[in-house]
Amino acid sequence: MQQLVFAVGTMVAGVLGCAAYFWGTSFILDLIFPSKGRSGVEASRNLRITNAIRPWLFLAPALFALTIYLIYPVIMSVWFSVHDRAGQNFVGASNYVWMLNDGEFRQSIFNNFLWLLVVPALATFFGLVIAALTDRIWWGNIAKTLIFMPMAISFVGAAVIWKFIYDYRAEGTEQIGLLNAIVVAFGGEPQAWITLPFWNNFFLMAILVWIQTGFAMVILSAALRGIPEETVEAAVIDGANGWQIFFKIMVPQIWGTIAVVWTTITILVLKVFDIVLAMTNGQWQSQVLANLMFDWMFRGGGDFGRGAAIAVVIMVLVIPIMVWNIRNAAKEMKGH
Amino acid sequence: MNPATRSPLTWAVHLSVLLLVALWTLPTAGLLISSLRDKDQLAVSGWWTALSTSTQNIVARAPGADSQVERDGKFVISGDVLAGTAAGEVSAFGFSSQKPTAFKPGETAELNDGEKLTVQADGSFEIVSDTKMEGSRGQRIFFTAAVPPRFTFDNYVEVLSAEGIGASFINSLTVAIPSTIIPILIAAFAAYALAWMPFPGRAILIAVVVGLLVVPLQMSLIPLLKLYNGVGAFFGVPAKTYVGIWLAHTGFGLPLAIYLLRNYMAGLPREIMESARVDGASDFDIFVKIILPLSFPALASFAIFQFLWTWNDLLVAIVFLGAGQDELVLTGRLVNLLGSRGGNWEILTASAFITIVVPLIVFFSLQRYLVRGLLAGSVKGG
Repeated sequence: MQQLVFAVGTMVAGVLGCAAYFWGTSFILDLIFPSKGRSGVEASRNLRITNAIRPWLFLAPALFALTIYLIYPVIMSVWFSVHDRAGQNFVGASNYVWMLNDGEFRQSIFNNFLWLLVVPALATFFGLVIAALTDRIWWGNIAKTLIFMPMAISFVGAAVIWKFIYDYRAEGTEQIGLLNAIVVAFGGEPQAWITLPFWNNFFLMAILVWIQTGFAMVILSAALRGIPEETVEAAVIDGANGWQIFFKIMVPQIWGTIAVVWTTITILVLKVFDIVLAMTNGQWQSQVLANLMFDWMFRGGGDFGRGAAIAVVIMVLVIPIMVWNIRNAAKEMKGH
Repeated sequence: MNPATRSPLTWAVHLSVLLLVALWTLPTAGLLISSLRDKDQLAVSGWWTALSTSTQNIVARAPGADSQVERDGKFVISGDVLAGTAAGEVSAFGFSSQKPTAFKPGETAELNDGEKLTVQADGSFEIVSDTKMEGSRGQRIFFTAAVPPRFTFDNYVEVLSAEGIGASFINSLTVAIPSTIIPILIAAFAAYALAWMPFPGRAILIAVVVGLLVVPLQMSLIPLLKLYNGVGAFFGVPAKTYVGIWLAHTGFGLPLAIYLLRNYMAGLPREIMESARVDGASDFDIFVKIILPLSFPALASFAIFQFLWTWNDLLVAIVFLGAGQDELVLTGRLVNLLGSRGGNWEILTASAFITIVVPLIVFFSLQRYLVRGLLAGSVKGG
């Protein structure tokens, strides 16, 4: 309780501090370069100066935080990746050479590509299908809310939920995990699903698909509603059936949005860490890059060189999407 | 659509949506139901049987020889095997662990030393012997009983007190609330500058923010950990503090905050600001009195995102706050329990539900803003 009071206290102090900064700097700026009540030339000169300075006063705290917490670390990670485990001696590319020869790293790369292939595709597909179906029924909004709900659940919470579903009891005893109970009911043999090499990747992916489908659904549903009625009506008049209307008329019109959903989930997949940590911690050949990186940060006292090298690999995989995003944003800015 | 083609197709749509909804809700429902079940029942039967009567194999021990009474020249020990259990009816019993279900209720079992054991369906039992019985340890009685479904909050009481979930709940709140509030004000001013104040380099700054949106958190961990250790050593304070994690969450949340708010503010009508400026209002006044109130929906959207993200975060918390018993947040505690209490589903399900209940409340009460934020962040900006 005491720490909660401390937290609220700091929060109030922080907010007041920010407010004081923004108000105070504005006030001082107006004091040094007053424009009210001055003669025309001086007023316009001062106004020009304050207008040039004020944006930077508004931006300063944000730029400071962005620099410390995102830009500086990106540069330093690259620096650490060419240094030894404590970050002291330059070792050239040896961390990267180690990485390429490390079986666990290659396993992680392979698994990450599996994740990248499966999760964005399935989540977008389910999202699109659900968005299309729920738009046609009266209880569609309730259905959407329920499918959207896992979005609020933490990866760790979701891992517990699904570990319970994958729970395994020896053959012959009653299964309390839903999946094994279903398998047994159909006469199959119960399996310890998350320990099956290769296939366990898919059982882990199911969790992320479960979480992300709601996100895809919400965005694609809005995009579907934005499609001009006339195009659909024209297709109906031309005698197109439901499938043709959906795949040939509606889907092509929302390609842009589908790409956005796809890339957003792709970024998330590259960073997936909690699910693997909680479910298998990389055992049974289910390791992924983000968890491997975390592992090396602390393994054997921590190897910052190798950890940073793995982080750089994740960053490199993200860069194409980053460039694409920036170009799209720039295009849109011109449109404004 | 004409009614003839409509009905079978509509039914198919209803059915498939129903199926999908079931797929998406059953996992969480199973967790919630399980967390409310009696832990003995939870361990032996699936949660989908929670409402049906289950059979359990139970062991009871009869009182020792000193509680025997002499009746009609025989020595008798009596009692009730169901006392203290939730079970309703005995369906079979036995006296050895090899054959725990050898006898039907009402039958008499001949024990090894000449004593006779009878257990009735209602649980009452009698051990009858011709000679005086000896020994302080009573006879073990194995029986199978039908147990009616039982729901309880015991699991929650246990995890909140004994497993440290209660303390972690406070830790999570301590992390999440300031981490949500602090970035909003900083981002709002920056977003206003980027949306409405012309200055050289504005387009580049916006591009930088868009780029930073997708920088993986993993990049930041090692350099920041080093930096924190250095700052901590320099000032003689611990490297892992709440202030440190609040600032870290602030830094990581800023790109999305600035991006969302800038997009929203840029869409506000220019006339409002121009007329205010004509009236002599400064940028500071315009921002505080006009833009900030108008931007409330975008602020709310970001606040919800940031709260969900900081509450659900595991990585930042264990790196910048530590994994010790006192500072573990809920997600970290849950991961630890998965390791140490892997088979104790009554503890795991109850703990998991406590960690997800706050986000679920936020989700269901503020879903409107969440959807709006998602749409602003993805469709518009691309």
